Amino acid sequence: MPHDTLLLAALLLPFLGSLAAGFLPTHARNSAAVLAGSVAVAGMAITIWLYPTVAEGTPVQFWLSWLPMLGLDFTLRLDGLAWLFAMMIFGIGALVVLYARYYMSREDPVPRFFSFLLAFMGSMIGIVLSGNLIQLVFFWELTSLFSFLLIGYWHHSASARDGARMALTVTGTGGLCLLVGVLLIGRIVGSYDIDQVLESRDLIVQSELYVPALVLILLGAFTKSAQFPFHFWLPHAMAAPTPVSAYLHSATMVKAGIFLLMRLWPVMSGTDAWFYMVVPAGLVTLILGAFVAIFQQDLKGLLAYSTISHLGLITLLLGLGSPLAAVAAIFHTLNHAIFKASLFMAAGIIDHETGTRDLRKLSGLYRYMPFTATLAMVAAAAMAGVPLVNGFISKEMFFAEAVADHTGSLLDDSLPYWATLAGVFSVTYSLRFILGVFFGPPPIGLAHRPHEPAHWMRFPIELLVLICLLIGIVPGLTVGPVLATAVNGLLDATPPYYSLSVWHGFNLPLMMSLIAMAGGVVLYLALRRYLQSGIEGPPILRDFKGQRIFEKVLATLSWQWARAAEFALGTRHLQPQMRIVITLAVVAALAPFIANGAVGTGDKPGTALPPAFALLWLIGGACALGAAYQAKYHRFAALVLVGGAGLVTCITFVWLSAPDLAVTQLLVEIVTTVLLLLGLRWLPKRIEDVYPTRPPLKVLLRRYVDITIACGLGGVMAFLAYCLMTRPLNSSVSRFFVERAYSEGGGTNIINVILVDFRGFDTMGEIVVLCLAALTVFALLRRFRPAPESIRTPEQQRIQNAYDEASPDRSPGDTVADYMLIPRLIMHWLFPVIAVMAVYLFMRGHDLPGGGFAAGITLSIAFVVQYMASGARWVEDHLRVLPLRWMGLGLLTSCATGVGSWWFGYPFLTSHFQYVEVPFIGKMPAASALLFDLGVFALVVGATVLILIALAHQSLRSSRASQAAEGGD
Amino acid sequence: MEIVLAIGIGIFTTSGVWLLLRPRTYQVIIGLALLSYAVNLFIFAMAGGGLRVDAPPILPPGGIGDPAAIADPIPQALVLTAIVIGFAMTALFLVVLLAARGRTGTDHVDGREPER
Repeated sequence: MPHDTLLLAALLLPFLGSLAAGFLPTHARNSAAVLAGSVAVAGMAITIWLYPTVAEGTPVQFWLSWLPMLGLDFTLRLDGLAWLFAMMIFGIGALVVLYARYYMSREDPVPRFFSFLLAFMGSMIGIVLSGNLIQLVFFWELTSLFSFLLIGYWHHSASARDGARMALTVTGTGGLCLLVGVLLIGRIVGSYDIDQVLESRDLIVQSELYVPALVLILLGAFTKSAQFPFHFWLPHAMAAPTPVSAYLHSATMVKAGIFLLMRLWPVMSGTDAWFYMVVPAGLVTLILGAFVAIFQQDLKGLLAYSTISHLGLITLLLGLGSPLAAVAAIFHTLNHAIFKASLFMAAGIIDHETGTRDLRKLSGLYRYMPFTATLAMVAAAAMAGVPLVNGFISKEMFFAEAVADHTGSLLDDSLPYWATLAGVFSVTYSLRFILGVFFGPPPIGLAHRPHEPAHWMRFPIELLVLICLLIGIVPGLTVGPVLATAVNGLLDATPPYYSLSVWHGFNLPLMMSLIAMAGGVVLYLALRRYLQSGIEGPPILRDFKGQRIFEKVLATLSWQWARAAEFALGTRHLQPQMRIVITLAVVAALAPFIANGAVGTGDKPGTALPPAFALLWLIGGACALGAAYQAKYHRFAALVLVGGAGLVTCITFVWLSAPDLAVTQLLVEIVTTVLLLLGLRWLPKRIEDVYPTRPPLKVLLRRYVDITIACGLGGVMAFLAYCLMTRPLNSSVSRFFVERAYSEGGGTNIINVILVDFRGFDTMGEIVVLCLAALTVFALLRRFRPAPESIRTPEQQRIQNAYDEASPDRSPGDTVADYMLIPRLIMHWLFPVIAVMAVYLFMRGHDLPGGGFAAGITLSIAFVVQYMASGARWVEDHLRVLPLRWMGLGLLTSCATGVGSWWFGYPFLTSHFQYVEVPFIGKMPAASALLFDLGVFALVVGATVLILIALAHQSLRSSRASQAAEGGD
Repeated sequence: MEIVLAIGIGIFTTSGVWLLLRPRTYQVIIGLALLSYAVNLFIFAMAGGGLRVDAPPILPPGGIGDPAAIADPIPQALVLTAIVIGFAMTALFLVVLLAARGRTGTDHVDGREPER
């Protein structure tokens, strides 16, 4: 396979694996582990296979045009730096999978775990392989999401949920900052392509957007990499299963921030702004993390804070801005990933075998698990920076860089002391880990006698510790070439000279190491009593918890500020808000006229006024005013009057050359009226005369204000409408549609062609809205509790039923059943007639007034008429109406028509038409748009029927309830 | 004709807005219906070429003929969409109204009777 395809495979494999794992049975522990393991190993194999090309210094690239008009392509890019990270992600990933197979309990839904883990792995690979910055941010956010799922894997535990939520909030917010920062970079450089960005250092550094972009990007990196003051999420993420911690907090998640800093290091570092933002953050994190780690009582908590501290160290190195420091940072990233993964796994084994991670309960485990203890000791030695283990060499490099001069500032000059202090702390907590867990008296009160774990569970640690030792003893032979490749990927210029050897002579860094080790031992001895007292947390910082601050901030934002804003701006009353909205709308609409001079009427000659039209609108205006007057107490009258206004609208449409609108308006009018009538059944009668005498002054005043607003707006609308109608419209896109409707859309009904062809996508959105509205209505009515006053059966039915009960030869319900027999029969017969009418409207829609909407509503009227005639029970005994199917089929048909054009290489919803000869009917237009219109038709039928039936069914449901209620009377 | 239609739109708007500002939910739903007629007519009145009686909205068979003689299709297409969406909105609002009446025991838009 060519290299670029392999690269794509490396990215896709984990996601495909994740999908496959998600479909495995809940307890398929072994197959899920095998699947995940093979994905990781395959990814690693691909990465190794690509190494020779990468080592030559040419990045392997995959390129796919994505949004060319925005200059965005989907690109994958594997250079030396990305190679090192990819290797860590796949390699440690494979070991974590093996470990997790033994760690996870048989009762847990393990395939889901591996599914999340693989998706997370894929997202991480996506970050390191991304060839453009937007793509990088996309995968960055994916890692936040999947880490949320992984940390919250045991979602029955509250601490897991809280930890997951906190990690997501912090890293997700950082991700948003990063996105904005990246957009700024794109604006400066003019491209999001990483190759181009990396070539534009001068442009970026000299831009005035440099500092804002830097701050935002650093916010992203610092939240992800748990730098102070955003470090607090990491310890809480320890509620995750230990394999997750071993993966997320050693080689992946937190290293994403480090990777980003490294990726942009060549173009953004070396300035004062960079130095003074990155170095202090790294330094505080380094010292604080190490200090707090000493006082943890939870084994994983100790490792978590140690991780924070080591991340601070790497950040600090990157902040220094010198190439040598960057080399040290890369090297330490690798070393930390290796020893921290093994330590987390060791902690997991201890937890697994003893049932606790509490350092106060653990001691003397060496006698039970000597192998594990020895492995953990070597890894902890690496963490502390003891010679002959990998951590030592990168720490020596760090010390050398701390001593070296960078900016000559006070901060720079004091670095050696801080570095030594951090060294002291790291030795102390490493000692505490080892001595506390493995030595001392045997543990008391454990559930069962601990023993060595299964061999394959320990194997990942053995391998990692072996690598620790190999790197520590013969660094030049083992890690040398890989590191050189990674450094080449990072620094485009000739890399600085650095020496990877254990012995550099008796120099200052070695002195610092010795002081740190001696100091660490002394500090441990001095603190021993305090630590054994069993108090959680360090002496002063104990009361100062990041989590509490986080919660406080959240509470302030989401509760106190929200309340304050509500108090200042909000009201629990709708009417004042409506007044404000309407007044604002009027002001906004008038503002341009006021700004650009008064608007006046035009001088276009008017159309002659037929007296009937004036009479029509006399009726229309009276209907509208009457509806406004009656809507409070006489709802039915208002409904009739609104219907009148609608009818006037409808006649106006047909009068003014818009038959399509008239048809649709008339049909919708019918359905709306039926709907409102059904609704009136559940709306209890209003109590008349709220104010029996004269309404209070406040109410009167409010009414006058409302009348003024209403008249004002009405006047403005009338005036605007008149002005517009008397002015010529100079240019419009209408001509485009008129000229192309037939030649390109194949229909003579321009409106229908616009709806289903030219603007088909809009129509698609519209039917989706209709679909959602119908489903919402359906969902709301499922749990509908009508007003108690309206639960009883209507008065007429009660009288009819009473008559039935009084007559010996009738049973209750007979009168209702026979009621309106002749109209009912006619309505039954009408069903096929209306249905044919619907088909007719649909078929002619492309060329003559009609179309999917009108036909759909017509057919739904056919259904509703049956319901009105015979009641829901009778209809559903005789007719299978499945509105949800209609809707689903309609939506699918429309989408499929749209997608269908892809087959022929055209964009979504491109339509095609030709005329075909149909027997008996003649020449028929057969456009793919017709198929789309069919989808619209089916959806409109489904949605309308669903809404009406859902409301009609309430009578069935509550007639039972009302019988029960009346029976109890 | 123009002046009559303009006044008609004005009256529909006035009635609709007045009802929108009323305290009872049923008044609001009637107001929305009236306001949507007004807005639809307003959009419809924007047609290029002004109000036209007897202008064909359909192309003559086999050609375009005189494009200027054809009724402006764009406002019509816009209004057609608006009518259907208006129906969906009315339906949704009606059900919310009914559910609110059942749950709160009042048909006041605030979900409770005002204090007197």
